[in-house]
Amino acid sequence: MGTNEFGFPLLSLLAYIPLAGAIAILFFKKEEEEKIMKTAFAVSIVALLVSLLLIPGFDSTKSDMQLTEQYSWIPSLGVEYAFGIDGISLLLIVMTTIITSIAIVSSYTAVNFRIKEYYVSILFLETGMLGVFMALDFFLFYIFWEIMLVPMYFLIGIWGGGRRLYSAIKFFLYTLFGSLFMLLGILAIYFLNANPQYGTGQYTFSILELQKLNLPLHPFQFWLFLAFFLGFAIKVPMFPFHTWLPDAHTDAPTAGSVLLAGILLKMGTYGFVRFCLPIFPEASVYFMPYMSGLALVGIVYGALVALAQKDIKRLVAYSSVSHLGFVMLGIFALNRHGLTGAILQMVNHGVSTGALFLIVGMIYERRHTRLIADFGGLSSKMPIYSAVFAVTMFSSMGLPGLNGFVGEFLILVGAFEANKIYAGIAVIGIILGAAYMLWLFQRMMFGPLDKPENQKLLDMNRREIAYMAPLIVFMFWIGLFPKPFISVMEPAVDKIIARLNSAGAMAKQNSSTENTAKKTDTKKRMITAQLTEKGMLD
Amino acid sequence: MMPTLPDIQLIAILPEMILAIMACALFVADPFVDREKKEQLGYFALAALGLSGLSTGFLWGESISTFSGMIVLDSYALFFKTLFLIVSAVIILMSVLYVKIERINLGEYYGLILMATVGMMFMPAATDLLSFYLSLELMSMSLYVLTAFMRKDPKSIEGGIKYFLTGIFASGLILYGIAFLFGATGTTNLANIAAFIRENETVSSPSLIMAFVLLVTGFGFKVAAVPFHMWAPDVYEGSPTPVTAYLSTGSKAAAFSAMLRVFIDAFALSNGNWWQILWIVAVLTMTLGNLLALVQTNMKRLLAYSSIAHAGYLLIGLIAANEIGYAAIMVYLVGYVFMTLGVFALITLLCSANLKGDKISDFKGLARVNPMLGLAFIVFALSLVGIPPSAGFVGKLYLFSAAIQGGFYWLCVIAVLNSTVSLYYYFKVVQVMYMDEPNESTVLSFSPTLKVAIAVTSFVTLFLGLYPEPIIKAAIHSVQTFL
Repeated sequence: MGTNEFGFPLLSLLAYIPLAGAIAILFFKKEEEEKIMKTAFAVSIVALLVSLLLIPGFDSTKSDMQLTEQYSWIPSLGVEYAFGIDGISLLLIVMTTIITSIAIVSSYTAVNFRIKEYYVSILFLETGMLGVFMALDFFLFYIFWEIMLVPMYFLIGIWGGGRRLYSAIKFFLYTLFGSLFMLLGILAIYFLNANPQYGTGQYTFSILELQKLNLPLHPFQFWLFLAFFLGFAIKVPMFPFHTWLPDAHTDAPTAGSVLLAGILLKMGTYGFVRFCLPIFPEASVYFMPYMSGLALVGIVYGALVALAQKDIKRLVAYSSVSHLGFVMLGIFALNRHGLTGAILQMVNHGVSTGALFLIVGMIYERRHTRLIADFGGLSSKMPIYSAVFAVTMFSSMGLPGLNGFVGEFLILVGAFEANKIYAGIAVIGIILGAAYMLWLFQRMMFGPLDKPENQKLLDMNRREIAYMAPLIVFMFWIGLFPKPFISVMEPAVDKIIARLNSAGAMAKQNSSTENTAKKTDTKKRMITAQLTEKGMLD
Repeated sequence: MMPTLPDIQLIAILPEMILAIMACALFVADPFVDREKKEQLGYFALAALGLSGLSTGFLWGESISTFSGMIVLDSYALFFKTLFLIVSAVIILMSVLYVKIERINLGEYYGLILMATVGMMFMPAATDLLSFYLSLELMSMSLYVLTAFMRKDPKSIEGGIKYFLTGIFASGLILYGIAFLFGATGTTNLANIAAFIRENETVSSPSLIMAFVLLVTGFGFKVAAVPFHMWAPDVYEGSPTPVTAYLSTGSKAAAFSAMLRVFIDAFALSNGNWWQILWIVAVLTMTLGNLLALVQTNMKRLLAYSSIAHAGYLLIGLIAANEIGYAAIMVYLVGYVFMTLGVFALITLLCSANLKGDKISDFKGLARVNPMLGLAFIVFALSLVGIPPSAGFVGKLYLFSAAIQGGFYWLCVIAVLNSTVSLYYYFKVVQVMYMDEPNESTVLSFSPTLKVAIAVTSFVTLFLGLYPEPIIKAAIHSVQTFL
């Protein structure tokens, strides 16, 4: 039991502001569209302000969870209601509130039917996203993790385009499939922790408690890592689990794509950082080559497929696969640079891909087409638009001076330290990234303005400039002065690295005395076999 | 020698007595109530359930064994008795307007529901194979009549006959199993059977295995487990909707409550290799149920296959055969009952004079006509799939944890794959409700009682997902007392 340093449950307040807003909007009349939009925006701004309040209350020199809240919830299962944040979650939380606000403003003209349900869904989604980044109890975490799927399903299914129904259920099925395996993994560590042989003997879902587990690599860490991997890898998505992403991103409404790319994908990578590395450190070391391999395939494959796209939105979607590959490469470099870069790149990707989807949304709203071939020479007609597009593109490509560079650079350093070949292959991805982006820009913005429909295009209006501005600011800020972003997550990153290092040392020791290790391993196996005779048969 | 009467404590069956007496009173009063005012008998039945519920509450915490050890009253029995009383009350709330629309507003309808409830309430309390068999028959007989209650509708008649034939066949199998068990052990008392098996180490004697197989088959019919499920879709489709709801919730929960008692008490499931048979049945049941549900276009048939699938999940608890597993079955059943009743309440709502309302396409755009119904359905659908925060999630979590504790990892993986499949067909309905244009002709037959039923079921489904502590605690407590 207990509340945080403020003596006030600030995190809970933040998490449930959007939910309260959504419930309030439910009671509005359908016809009061103006009022609904304004309320939704106001609610998201309040959430944003509250999330900014976290920053002064946050001590960025400590690696422990801060602003923690802890209440007993379901004692018979050992479930607690526990919230808390460290530097990693803080970054992602602030990013969530900012991007949600932007997503709401960007929808004012883009969404023009079933307004009420639309904003209810987005606010509901925000609560889910915030909860995932704050939860310190697996049960609570899982609730937020899953409940988020529902509003996203509706966003794609109702307000989407193309094969929206197909994409919506595909998204839902894929993620649910992975999540359920993660749930089995959670239950397994829950029972392992309750077994005095491995854990504290307590029945608890507390993430911090379970992070202290020291499980043997075989069979536990090995299989449990894979169970969690399935849950997170589908969400990220890593190659070869990415096939839902192009469909979902392409068919979702603009705000849906922004939230999906900006925040939802980060939950997968966040899951790897928060759960897989600290709970299964030895398995992380063990699986590192495979993870890095998949990440590299994702980087190159995503970029190559992006090159071949005719639809702008699909191109951006595949660029996400490539960029998330970078994040995964950074995480599984398993060193300080890689992990720092990966987390920073999570924010960067949220900012720049979010911005790209907004940019695509703007042009789609004007022309109702997203085919690259339908455009050309837009820069003369839409100067502000093309400038914003250019900056965003460069940010996404990783041009020095912009945010993407810092993240990718750190990831490459990390990858280089881990294995030079990885870094070498990843560089190919960067080059390809520059290629598809520049080629896209060239085909859309330069050349003759020969399509008559494009002659009448209007440049960005004030509202559009206003919601793009903060994103552009962040691109430059992180690009030129990334220190505050890096230092806030440093202690948390160090803690994870320390945990990995101790495991790595153990792994080395094990391999040097492999024979004895194998013997004890078989012994242990025999004991577990006896203990769970039925299980083994099963 | 003078036969001595055993000491009988009637208090142990007080709730059932109240219900049975009032059901008889209802049959007697029926001819004197005007055809147009039969709903008064429905309210009378509700009052009977209420009174019986009060007496159940009064007995809470008691532990009595009576009728020479044939009937017990322990917290396990009380748990289920309360559940069945609530289920029956919701069924009656759903029925009041429905029976009028379908022109089956006869007094017997309510009386038979009460009698079936009496049978159900005895089932978890029976500690002897004979008292168990009698209560099973009391429940089944009432339900046979109820399924065929729309006697002018060929589908209802077909369903009724199918249910009757398979039902008596299953009863026969159970009786045959009881006979084998009696032959092998010389007793029908569950505790004595267990003691006999323990002392004589006859776990693998042929007649005992025969008895087990026959009982599994009989119960398999009752809970609609594959391969004994064939009756379910037709019966579900043909019966009056509230009766279908009753079959899939009350009767299934009752069968499970008795199954737990018999299998744990008599066979001591945790010993021996009994679980192998159940493992195969469970996997077949959930897989086939879910796969066949994918292609249904009729809501009631879809729910029939879904209820088959849920029976498969429930068997996991029995296979795990640990304390958590048994408690999980209880927790899951509570959640299952409420979410299923809720969906059936929505189907009854769509039933009007010119529409049966049981096709998936009848749900078109319903969420746009009435957003609250849409939200209620989302809650039920989430719960049926097992997505939090819902009672169904807590139940599934608990079942899976039982299996993981027991080391049944593959069973869990299969169950997880099945849950993913089930998302598709439940959300197909959500999709129809939210993403299709409404039917012009849809008339919602709202009645105050039906509103109460929908509100209660959706609230409980959600609430148990957010705060399942009381149910889990009660379940663990009752399992501990009878293990």
